[in-house]
Amino acid sequence: MATVMARGLCKTFRVADKQPGLAGTLRHLVHRRWRSVQAVRDVSFSIDAGEVVGFLGPNGAGKTTTLKLLTGLIHPSGGALEVAGHRPFRRERAFLESITLVMGQKQQLIWDLPPLDSLRVNAAVYGIPEREARRRIAELADMLELGEELTRPVRKLSLGQRMKAELMAALLHRPRVLFLDEPTLGLDINAQARVRRFLADYNRRTGATVLLTSHYMADITALCPRVLLIHQGRLFHDGGLAELSERLTPWRQVRLELATPLPARELARYGELEALEGCEVRLVIPRERLTATVSRLLAQLPVLDLVVSDPPIEELIGRVFRQGSLEPEPR
Amino acid sequence: MRLLPPPRVARTLWAVQFAYMAEYRAEIALWALSGVLPFIMFGVWSAAAAGAAGSGGPPMGLSPAELGRYFVCAFVARQFSVVWVVWQFEEDALQGRLSPYLLQPLHPLWRYVAAHLAEQATRLPFVLLIASGFFLLQPQAFAWPGPGRVLLGVLAVGLAFAIHFLLQSLIATLCFWTERASALERLLYVPYVFLSGLVAPLQAFPPDLQRLALLTPFPYLIGFPAQLLAGTPMGREQPFSIAGGFAAMLLWLLLLLPALAVLWRAGLRRYSAMGA
Repeated sequence: MATVMARGLCKTFRVADKQPGLAGTLRHLVHRRWRSVQAVRDVSFSIDAGEVVGFLGPNGAGKTTTLKLLTGLIHPSGGALEVAGHRPFRRERAFLESITLVMGQKQQLIWDLPPLDSLRVNAAVYGIPEREARRRIAELADMLELGEELTRPVRKLSLGQRMKAELMAALLHRPRVLFLDEPTLGLDINAQARVRRFLADYNRRTGATVLLTSHYMADITALCPRVLLIHQGRLFHDGGLAELSERLTPWRQVRLELATPLPARELARYGELEALEGCEVRLVIPRERLTATVSRLLAQLPVLDLVVSDPPIEELIGRVFRQGSLEPEPR
Repeated sequence: MRLLPPPRVARTLWAVQFAYMAEYRAEIALWALSGVLPFIMFGVWSAAAAGAAGSGGPPMGLSPAELGRYFVCAFVARQFSVVWVVWQFEEDALQGRLSPYLLQPLHPLWRYVAAHLAEQATRLPFVLLIASGFFLLQPQAFAWPGPGRVLLGVLAVGLAFAIHFLLQSLIATLCFWTERASALERLLYVPYVFLSGLVAPLQAFPPDLQRLALLTPFPYLIGFPAQLLAGTPMGREQPFSIAGGFAAMLLWLLLLLPALAVLWRAGLRRYSAMGA
């Protein structure tokens, strides 16, 4: 059964255009010009209970606007919307109790006080009995590996600890639907991995529905079997991650550090040579030949180090949108 | 959504906000000190009265001691009815901090109410210290107005805070339309200072201006509660009567509450969750 349902969702903002300089400022004062910006255009999708869905798109694609529509923060200009059985913009208590929104670059914790104070407020606001709130706080702290950090002022916590405390505050009321906007933004690799593990664990334990935006491909691959791809307010892709990844990246980048420099001619036998600087080599290899080629490289060349990497998701998505279609760039 | 928060929510919000305000107690002490305009006005009026000695009765019908008492009480009334919601709300709206509040099942304005009440509690010792200091320097100004007047005065200060909060929240709600609603608040500042009783008790105003002032909410924000606390005579031939003052306050509350509710609902439809 669909927990999130959007049909023909649209959002148009009216924005004032202002030219730079004194003349532009005076014109803006006397005769203001407005234009309509269609942030979300005819977007339709549905998400079943318990699904974890990645929401991808370049900056300004309409991801955050869609999340704001889904959480009821802003009113849609058109279309139908239902989340957890409610129309979000009515902001009924039962709806607000069943959702949460985590924004990686924003915080709801009180900056100068320990996270426990913010958690106490949330427990009271959501009507969670004190004993039950203490139990949930202990459980979440255990899952997120937080301890004495909960009694330290938020301003004294590291970014990773703050994000984990934010997640605790956002999940204390056990929401059925989680909207996560860049929850791992700015975190180091270890902290990102811990947050990912926590989210996967939380989804498994509670069966919550998750819609996640992230610029880190690792977040998406670790958590989201299905992705929605949005660009200029339109939904471009709704389907499996494997299918999308295959279409976007039918090749891999292989970085080599060699014991001795080799001529470009010899290296080009293994794949497309992207860069060669002394002993540092960068090759691009079709995905279907990756395993065999890496074996050959290790067997035939004096390899000191070898790294296989995906291009950053931003780069992939940027390329797709430059081309205006989901077809991969020919190499 | 409920109109009033449940007691546990109110208690917890206040306690947490008090902890927050206690972190800024030095700043709050400075804010309390910065509200000494009534003392300055007392000095000005006393000097004027001394200069005009022999030219008639006491200025505004109040003796120097009554005048001193009035201005101390005006200071106290102002300290506990100061409202800054428009600036905080505007900053929260612009920085995107309003969005998480809107996603919780509690009207966001209650957070600001709790913050104001917690700040008042933090202010209390500084206010008592300043008022006591004044009475030590001007002992003739001190007089116990009686428990009834004190209770009514405290009630009036509470209602003054409620009116001032609603009035400023109305302007804060304009943040949904314009990003700088606090600039509009400045328009109210001049009538607030002159008509509230901060500069002079309402008795000092010409009768026409008194009548005009009483049609606005401003005299009920400082003057009425201050005169209750100071034990100033009320009733016939005085600008305020006890029953009339409280009735006017209730009327303003009844006008402002639905106006705020309507504007808030309309504003939410305009909200674009900027910065979030």
